[in-house]
Amino acid sequence: MQQFINTLVNGASLGSIYSLMALAMILVWRSTRVVNFAQAGQAVLSTYIGLEIHRMTHSYPLTLLIAIIFGAIFGALVDLLLVRPLMHRVGGGPIASVAPVILTLGLLGALQGFVGLVWGGEFRSFPSALSPEGFKVGMTRIPFSPFDLFILFSTLIVMLAFAYIFQRSGLGLAMRAAAFEPEVAQLAGVRVSRVRTIGWAFAGGAGALAGALITPTTLLAPNSLDLLLVFGFTAAVLGGLESLVGGVVGGFLLGLGLALVVTYLGSSFTFMTAFVVLISVLLIRPRGLIGARSVRNA
Amino acid sequence: MLSIVGLTTDHGHVRALEDVSFDVPAGSLTAVIGANGAGKTTLLRTLTGLAKPTSGSAHWRAHDLLSMPTEQGVRHGVAHVPEGRSVVSELTVAENLQLGALWRRKDPDVQIARDEALVLFPRLAERLAQRADTLSGGERQMLAIARALIARPELLLLDEPSLGLAPLVVEQIFQALNMLRKETGLTIVLVEQNAIGALEIADHAVLLSLGKIVTSGSATRIAQDTELRHAYLGY
Repeated sequence: MQQFINTLVNGASLGSIYSLMALAMILVWRSTRVVNFAQAGQAVLSTYIGLEIHRMTHSYPLTLLIAIIFGAIFGALVDLLLVRPLMHRVGGGPIASVAPVILTLGLLGALQGFVGLVWGGEFRSFPSALSPEGFKVGMTRIPFSPFDLFILFSTLIVMLAFAYIFQRSGLGLAMRAAAFEPEVAQLAGVRVSRVRTIGWAFAGGAGALAGALITPTTLLAPNSLDLLLVFGFTAAVLGGLESLVGGVVGGFLLGLGLALVVTYLGSSFTFMTAFVVLISVLLIRPRGLIGARSVRNA
Repeated sequence: MLSIVGLTTDHGHVRALEDVSFDVPAGSLTAVIGANGAGKTTLLRTLTGLAKPTSGSAHWRAHDLLSMPTEQGVRHGVAHVPEGRSVVSELTVAENLQLGALWRRKDPDVQIARDEALVLFPRLAERLAQRADTLSGGERQMLAIARALIARPELLLLDEPSLGLAPLVVEQIFQALNMLRKETGLTIVLVEQNAIGALEIADHAVLLSLGKIVTSGSATRIAQDTELRHAYLGY
């Protein structure tokens, strides 16, 4: 029983990070109809930037803050300098839906290559906000640490902030309208391309936070966030790709599920399980586990 | 006044609009009628930047419409309600209305404009909290028009508001347009396949066929021209 509860809290902490990554994927997908594989590269870059900030200042709050801001600015730049010009060039042609995805794959490789050139390929440790040592319950140490609590807490804050922005603010309304009916939004006066760039910035910031939160456990290397990308994407698909709430639920489900798999089947099963889940959801319920509406044609 | 001169728009190799020129006097209701594929929708889409013109010009007051990005139109008093009940299904009725005035949300007049739109279409007032995809076709069209009105346009471009609606609902919508024009001095360009209904409320009419103007002038005259009706309007 103890082991089961440990597994669940551990899964919740991991799940919250997957949720963040899923939010990043969904924000970009909704605003631009692009699956952003480069998200892992962007997050790895912002995490290395964070590492440098920590080396210089030894301040964790500053490290986290600058990593997130850098991630957001970089996300906006990816849209402004690469995605938007590309979409403009391909227009509505037959390659219009695939070209941006290839672009993000290329960017992922380029970013990981760049990071490897600058910081080398070896694994580096990354600071955590609070102790990653588990809490002590009586004489035994449980695998749930103050840092896990910090992870849950900070992702919760981000999710509440997103929920507020999307449901209550004018910007959020503009973003939702631009995502679902760009032409109607434009005719209503929404500057759709600007709103899209803001979506990319939010996604970049969320991805950067996810990277900084998971790296203390995975260590940092140019490819160290690839798994996070896969899990984030799987969580997004679980939630139906359209809904932010769906992505969060998907992230937690995946985190809990994978934690159970690790505990009861062994860690060598996680990677495969994630892909089996991904493929099964796509085959059986392509609109996601909680998406009740029919799939929209982008 | 809306002034269109020599407007030509191509969709790839297809000429959708050829050398179209006409004026719409301020405060009038002008119907643009013609069969499917006559270029009516392309005309409106070109005016608000959704389709790119090959040549020609279009001015509303002093504003050059063709050099303006789509999202600027509404800021210069031009509202376009595109074909197919253009509401955002995922948003509530209230949010769809709010969307229409997002660009001037600090203006206290927004609330007044919203109340007026709800008086014009009282059925929307009962459904403010509902998602737009739960509305009937007629209600969606009303919502689309109400959203455009909240921006306080001076020129309203409407694309086939009667499409797929029951005759009674069409009648309601046309009456609302008629009232609007009379009470607020709004200039309306009404694109319609439903020529009978459109000609009844219009002052002027422009008859398009295969992208070109066949004739234009008083709506009553065109409605009474039996030959034109047989040849182009099918009744």
